[in-house]
Amino acid sequence: MATNSVIGTKNKKGQVITDARQMMFEAPRTPSFYTGSEVIKEAIRRANVDVMIAYPITPQSEAAALIGELFAEGYVKEYFRGESEFAVMSECAGAAFGGARVFTTTAGPGTMRAMENFPMWSGARLPIQMIVTCRGINSPLSIQPDTLEIAYLLNTGMLVWHAETAQDFYDWILKGYIVSEEPDVHLPLALCCDGFFVTHTKDMVNLTPADMCLPPYDPYRSPVPCMDMECPPVRMMRDPFVMKSNYISYATHASWQQEVWAAVERSRKHTIAWIDGLIETENTDADVLIVSSGTAVSQGREAIRLLADEGIRVGLVKIKSLRPWPWQEIREATKNAKHIIVPEFNVVGWMAREIKASIPDSDRVVSGPRVGGGMTMPPEIIVSEIKNALGIRNAAMAGRGS
Amino acid sequence: MTQYKVLPGPEHFLPPAAASMGIRLPNPGEGHINGVIVPEEQAYEEAARQFLMAKVPTIFPGPLVLWAWNEKAAKKATAIRHLYETLKECVTPQQRAMLIPMPDYRPKYPKINPEVEINPNHPNLTIWHNKIDCCMFVGVHCHQANLSLKIIRGGTSCYTIAMCAQAGHEDAMLSFRDASVEKIMKLAEWVRKLKGTVKVSQVVSKSGASN
Repeated sequence: MATNSVIGTKNKKGQVITDARQMMFEAPRTPSFYTGSEVIKEAIRRANVDVMIAYPITPQSEAAALIGELFAEGYVKEYFRGESEFAVMSECAGAAFGGARVFTTTAGPGTMRAMENFPMWSGARLPIQMIVTCRGINSPLSIQPDTLEIAYLLNTGMLVWHAETAQDFYDWILKGYIVSEEPDVHLPLALCCDGFFVTHTKDMVNLTPADMCLPPYDPYRSPVPCMDMECPPVRMMRDPFVMKSNYISYATHASWQQEVWAAVERSRKHTIAWIDGLIETENTDADVLIVSSGTAVSQGREAIRLLADEGIRVGLVKIKSLRPWPWQEIREATKNAKHIIVPEFNVVGWMAREIKASIPDSDRVVSGPRVGGGMTMPPEIIVSEIKNALGIRNAAMAGRGS
Repeated sequence: MTQYKVLPGPEHFLPPAAASMGIRLPNPGEGHINGVIVPEEQAYEEAARQFLMAKVPTIFPGPLVLWAWNEKAAKKATAIRHLYETLKECVTPQQRAMLIPMPDYRPKYPKINPEVEINPNHPNLTIWHNKIDCCMFVGVHCHQANLSLKIIRGGTSCYTIAMCAQAGHEDAMLSFRDASVEKIMKLAEWVRKLKGTVKVSQVVSKSGASN
């Protein structure tokens, strides 16, 4: 983020470059009824983005196309379509190496195809923002919501946040740039949401004024040399130590990897300050807690309401950031829980595994209910899982309609 | 609350990054010593003390201050030269203040000349060769500084100080943040103020810099 010298000046679209804190926490908000894709467009309108590179894949195609409109209007300086997702992510790296604020969107098989680039982005300390509108990744083809791809992103060295609502999405796109461009962080951000559930449904979202935008990215605060005419990338790439076989080359590479993960750790302080904590909690003194991220949290809220009608009190932990992982917060929030229910929109239960690895007495964790391939998650199946954990008899959901 | 302390090594075959051990960076107006957040004033005094205690106190200026790529960099370079001259004036004849640049970050093969430069990929060579027991990084890009500081902590007993223009360095034993010309000059003032009050270290380490 640039220094204070540009605050109060106008960009070429007449937007006032505004202190990020003032823009996000103090500026008036206007309630607007938008789809998640439209919300992405409105956030990028205010994000002072230099380059957006697009490739069509459902369910992010609409957002990618809408950013094209922003380019036509002059809000984004450069916009083009890559040859594939792999090409897009490589081109994003090139733009970020050159000192641009970069934005892209992808989904499902596109995320998987581009995967090689993500540890490269982290290793090169490129603060690119990538929206991931999660969908099925395996054959047979599915374009429906499924969060399996997030599991693959968790060990890339990227920051990974998981939005529940369109409002999360709007705020976190803007705040994401602020956190990931901090010099002590300076890492790419995968901002994930559950495809269709967030991207293609309308919701009320409170928007900041359209005539305000974030300060521009200042590449000269980067923790690695910015590429320019004095420092072309060939100077960094010539004699790369990975091409040598000796102890010090290996040790340097290991230290380099440690430094990437150290930067993820450093992002905690900034993430907590900007998105108001890595988790949100409700009624954590209850015996039963629902702990999850994304729209599984929304379904959990409905399940809590249904159970309250029956006199069963259940608390909630919404995990907002997956990297950095809020293990301390989760330990604290779940310390009184006898049963920890983890609903997920994927078949493997990666969230439950992460939670089990973070808390004592991990047999308290119920890994489910889980759905995949685009199935919805009726709140009733969460209710059913909770009743099973409590030893309360309840009807099997699969029997409905027979 | 972490129990980990950022101390002179040799620490480990592959020491952890201090951030991963729970060490947090200081906020504006603060520094850290051994990973503990302290008021910045305390960091000046301790940095000056460590410089004056060392047999070979050394400044490692990096590309951000070695090249006059903007006006601020040129002014900082002048301030660093002033700090070096002050150090030379304030140490005893038995001590040897040095200034060794880190001109760029490329690994150099078969090896660097440790008499004339330090490289972030094997900074320990320069530390060992010159028997440096206290050093300060300034003007080094943060990523490369952290690599160097961690490798130095891993394999040598050298005390490390970071004069960082950004958020500071947990991998140093002592770190300033938001480094400016004024802060570098203030450190020089502290060195002058403590001149003659600090006893030179007699510690000899078998595997570190003080051999």
